[in-house]
Amino acid sequence: MDKWQDNKAWFLVLPVFVIVAFSALIPLMTVVNYSVQDIFGPGEAVFVGTEWFKEMLANKRLHDALLRQFLFSGLVLLIEIPLGILIALAMPKKGWGVSTSLVILALPLLIPWNVIGTIWIIFTRPDIGLFGVGINSLHLLEVPFDHTATPLYAWITVMLMEVWHWTPLVALLAYAGLRAIPEAYYQAARIDGASPWATFWYIQLPKMRGVLTIAVLLRWMDSFLIYAEPFVLTGGGPGNSTTFLSIYLVKIALLQFDLGPGAAFSLIYFLIVLLFSFIFYQVLQRVGKGEKG
Amino acid sequence: MKIKKKTIGLLIYFVILVLPIYWMLNMSLRSNADILASFSLYPRDITFVNYMKILTDSSWYMGYVNSMLYVFMNTVISLSFALPAAYAFSRYRFLGDGQMFFWLLTNRMAPAAVFALPFFQLYSTIGLLDTHIAVALAHCLFNVPLAVWILEGFMSGIPKEIDETAFIDGYKFPRFFITIFIPLIRAGVGVTAFFCFMFSWVELLFARTLTVTAAKPISAIMTRTISATGLDYGLLAAAGILTIIPGALVIWFVRNHLAKGFALGRV
Repeated sequence: MDKWQDNKAWFLVLPVFVIVAFSALIPLMTVVNYSVQDIFGPGEAVFVGTEWFKEMLANKRLHDALLRQFLFSGLVLLIEIPLGILIALAMPKKGWGVSTSLVILALPLLIPWNVIGTIWIIFTRPDIGLFGVGINSLHLLEVPFDHTATPLYAWITVMLMEVWHWTPLVALLAYAGLRAIPEAYYQAARIDGASPWATFWYIQLPKMRGVLTIAVLLRWMDSFLIYAEPFVLTGGGPGNSTTFLSIYLVKIALLQFDLGPGAAFSLIYFLIVLLFSFIFYQVLQRVGKGEKG
Repeated sequence: MKIKKKTIGLLIYFVILVLPIYWMLNMSLRSNADILASFSLYPRDITFVNYMKILTDSSWYMGYVNSMLYVFMNTVISLSFALPAAYAFSRYRFLGDGQMFFWLLTNRMAPAAVFALPFFQLYSTIGLLDTHIAVALAHCLFNVPLAVWILEGFMSGIPKEIDETAFIDGYKFPRFFITIFIPLIRAGVGVTAFFCFMFSWVELLFARTLTVTAAKPISAIMTRTISATGLDYGLLAAAGILTIIPGALVIWFVRNHLAKGFALGRV
């Protein structure tokens, strides 16, 4: 669709700009301010320049947390996006099944994040949890399942929780994208004798580009910033095995009250999320256009 | 009727999806001693003692009211600000439109953990601390951009000829927008409202940081109640179930509107 060229459209955007800027720019400036100062107390601060940034970039535990975070978010995208598309394809297209499916899918999304952690503690504990007791009674594992003792099991539990929690969002978005495809496209595909796979690859997937861009970006941002769920479930342990970036950040900034390093850290953090979101955004826009042509 | 393989797959997925929630419900209906003594797939002696303990605590009731209030405010603010902006993005090309759109999205990317403290300082400076509007405004940070994003998709699906015809017929923009355009995308408005409700309802860090007692959200009260009584799985589960109920009710009541919005498929 060709758009009208008119800078007066800014008047319509201005209210949004003001309300978001109020909540975004002022706190951001405060964080930038912290990141270049050493704060001893109210009104007592010394300018330290890039000191905190250097300290944070050389921090070994931050590197570990960052690697862990990349691994986690990478796995999240690899599992949740295809799984979400698969679920969307399997969902009914009309009748009472539609609203029922939507209700069940949306249920995990409407649970407060700390309660998600609670659910999974109760579900996976080796003494009272259905999952924990169930998997141990099969006697398949060499080391009995206990996410508080074995790092690998802690990882698996956090991963399961994340996939359980957020795949429905991808499925909902993908479903909305699928429903937007006019019936004429499918008729054309049938006339051409296209296989289900060809229909998926040449019609459904390209048509879902917009919603999948939203899904990938949302899942990337939110999984990279994940805090409450693993914090409640594992507390970052055992050891540091599930200490993701946000958990480590809170440890530095709020628990040890090192505002300077914490602020420097969160700016680096912010830039990483920003950089990758920008890359995803650009790539997904290009890929889609290639497929259309 | 032939049941397809993919339908069976979907049913299995739904069972897995509901299972952890069912398990918490199971735990919430048993006493702690019973939970620790025996493993059971369903509650043998159903007891509401956990729920009674929670519901006799008056702060719980207010927790619900507080959460509902700021979530409602946030949804209204987000929608009323995002609607005109989404229209601008879907209809007009203007200086810096692409950059502005991406900048809006970047506001979802700030690590809330450290921004919580500056938020606290900002809102205490302007004297809004421990009010519902403070939480509602803070949640606008991530909900307004999302609302613009989703609404823009719905609006782009409406042909521009409708606008042109209305303007030729002598409609001024505000009247056209409210009486013609918004009704056209009401399903999209519904879907957007649902997403705003969802993200505001589940967020905890800002909501907890910006409130002391008067506007404390239900999920924060849950944490406090639990830590005060020690680790009691039955009680923990009952508290969890109670925080799920409002969300479940909302989704149940809007399910048909949601289905309609998704059928238009312009998310």
